[in-house]
Amino acid sequence: MADTQEIIAKLFPQATFEEGDILTVEIPDSQWHDLAETLRDNGELSFDFLMTIVGMDWVEKMGCIYYLTSTKYNKRIAVKVATEDRVNPALTSIADLWHIAGIYEREVYDFFGIIFINNPDMRRLFLSIDWKGYPLRKDYDASPETNPVPEDNERQSDFTQVYTRDADGKIECKEERIFAENDFVVNIGPQHPATHGVLRFRTAVDGETIKKIDVYMGYIHRGIEKICENLTYPQTLHFMDRLDYFSAHPYHHCLCMTIEEAAGIEISRRAQVIRVMMDELSRIASHCLFIGTFCMDLGATTMLFYALRVREQILDIMDKTCGARMTFNYECIGGVMQDLAPDFVEDVKALLKIIPQNLKEYDKLFTGNVITKNRMEGVGVLGREEAISWGVTGPSGRASGWACDVRKTTPYSIYPELDFEEVIRHEGDSMARFKVRMGEIEQSARILEQLVDNIPEGEYCVKVPKVIKLPVGHWFRTVEGCRGTFGVYLESDGTVNPYRLKLATPSLPAAAVVDSLTRGDKIADLITIGGSLDYIVPDIDR
Amino acid sequence: MPYEAWKDNEYIESLVKELQDNGANVVVGSFDKLINWGRSNSIWPLTFATSCCGIEFVSLGAARYDMARFGWEVARSSPRQADFIMVAGTIVHRMAPVLRRLYDQLAEPKYVIACGACAVSGGPFKKSYHVVMGVDKIIPVDVYLPGCPPRPEAMIYAIMQLSRKIKVEKFFGGVNRQEKQEEFLKNHPIPGVED
Repeated sequence: MADTQEIIAKLFPQATFEEGDILTVEIPDSQWHDLAETLRDNGELSFDFLMTIVGMDWVEKMGCIYYLTSTKYNKRIAVKVATEDRVNPALTSIADLWHIAGIYEREVYDFFGIIFINNPDMRRLFLSIDWKGYPLRKDYDASPETNPVPEDNERQSDFTQVYTRDADGKIECKEERIFAENDFVVNIGPQHPATHGVLRFRTAVDGETIKKIDVYMGYIHRGIEKICENLTYPQTLHFMDRLDYFSAHPYHHCLCMTIEEAAGIEISRRAQVIRVMMDELSRIASHCLFIGTFCMDLGATTMLFYALRVREQILDIMDKTCGARMTFNYECIGGVMQDLAPDFVEDVKALLKIIPQNLKEYDKLFTGNVITKNRMEGVGVLGREEAISWGVTGPSGRASGWACDVRKTTPYSIYPELDFEEVIRHEGDSMARFKVRMGEIEQSARILEQLVDNIPEGEYCVKVPKVIKLPVGHWFRTVEGCRGTFGVYLESDGTVNPYRLKLATPSLPAAAVVDSLTRGDKIADLITIGGSLDYIVPDIDR
Repeated sequence: MPYEAWKDNEYIESLVKELQDNGANVVVGSFDKLINWGRSNSIWPLTFATSCCGIEFVSLGAARYDMARFGWEVARSSPRQADFIMVAGTIVHRMAPVLRRLYDQLAEPKYVIACGACAVSGGPFKKSYHVVMGVDKIIPVDVYLPGCPPRPEAMIYAIMQLSRKIKVEKFFGGVNRQEKQEEFLKNHPIPGVED
């Protein structure tokens, strides 16, 4: 297999390269679409998974960094595309190559005002159409007078914009309908018990059959990425608890890891083991809550109480060690905040004892149920190629036969030493997504069993400088959160604050895929499909 | 929580004093007591959660904290059937008109608990461009419950506080309820809507 850099250099002489742990390619916008197509389709490259698009404002220019992964060769590449025009910045869209790119580009447009030519749906994603300015630009006026709290209902539009470039290079804007003119559109959410938070679906239906869904986000967009730019590195950590509050530990782990790597801090073995144990404990707790709420969506309310019983036991363990039930803020730069509670080992052992019985109980109560089978088997089938193109990672991706577990593909911390299996199923339906999570509880318990008696002695937190300054550079790290691949992009300009902190969360693709997954299904299946994808709304909106 | 602290409730006492200043009719007063006794023991929440606090509210409903003991377990999905709204989580600009509308749809008498730091004051997102700095900017709040997120025990205390407040209200010929909303709406006018 030829070197990636050589292949690209041969085909695109204008590309410039920047070495690092991930190869970064810089390319002019005019060639970007061709390069993207080559990267995806060339058999020797096959970068088929678009991890995220990081919008950037470098003041003198604006642009995007695209992170791509090859699922075949397990390699990563970053592509930088920039424009110097700040008044009307425009880049070429790659929405025709990756399904998820359309949504990511809308996010960049929302935050930076960069227009993507040929994107079929160039609306704002999180902010309202009347929002003034683009918040993540460095010159954004953040005073509350510019954008006061709206007292009236939000202005809605049935139209979306499509920008095209004509032969002379002039950009034209066309208005297009989101739904067909005679579509019957039902509004579901944002206040709806089955959308798992404040997510809104504008659903076009034909009788009971879904024709199209417009996923409307931003009802809990809190602007964490912008707030972080004015905070020091240790201060940014606590927001990780409030994104996906079930994977607080893995998310913390990811940002700590990124900062530690950038600052060159080595953490002790004890801290590594504690972090991994906490990650796995929260994975069990998260999947338990998934089982509970998902079954409740299907009408099996009792299951919530069974599933929450285990979760409460885990929360007790966390409570004793971290001092909180939910927003722990436990991992810190250099290790963890405080040592394990004296009865941690005992408690984990007690938990491990009851998990197998509990799983058996869930199976008996729910998995084999006739109603469950009828409502879940063969419903909402997501194929492997589709899952990759939509970027649906985590248990939902693995239910479609895509081996996307970051703990296996790009191992971090002490995961390479651990003996566990990646749970993969090939059906791709709601049932498979449910069963993968059940299987993952077992695997997490297996990891805990290996570690619980082998927690090494040592310091739980190494000494770090009081003021943490990172060298100039950029880093991108991923971990396996409870819902999929969570990535942190960190760019530093050498000061105490991050220049840009981008959080690539797994729930955004999971919510975006709902549209294509439910088309042609009944409206009642929307609830089961949405539930089985298990997105967390603050994780979508950030 | 020590019993003395539980009993120490200056705010409710001053409310009682204020209500009793004008004296209460024996018949109306007795009816008041009876109705408020019933109302305060069956306050139904609206299923409303935007973020982390909502999950603690789920825990509150589950077996361990079991809010059914107090008669609050009937979480309604429609605001027209609920008595109070527990604003559990951050409210952002896009959500603000929705919350306001939900509040308007609640049937009288209605109450609001601002649950968690975000709903009280904006909390950790104080410097955000898109977060409402406390729900009391858009709807009147009866009980403030700090914490990020508050523990389920704290939530129990907050709802108990609300039920104590309901107990001392004047249900018949009361002044506080209607006036409270009218006064609030006067200070927070909705553009384009005349009185």
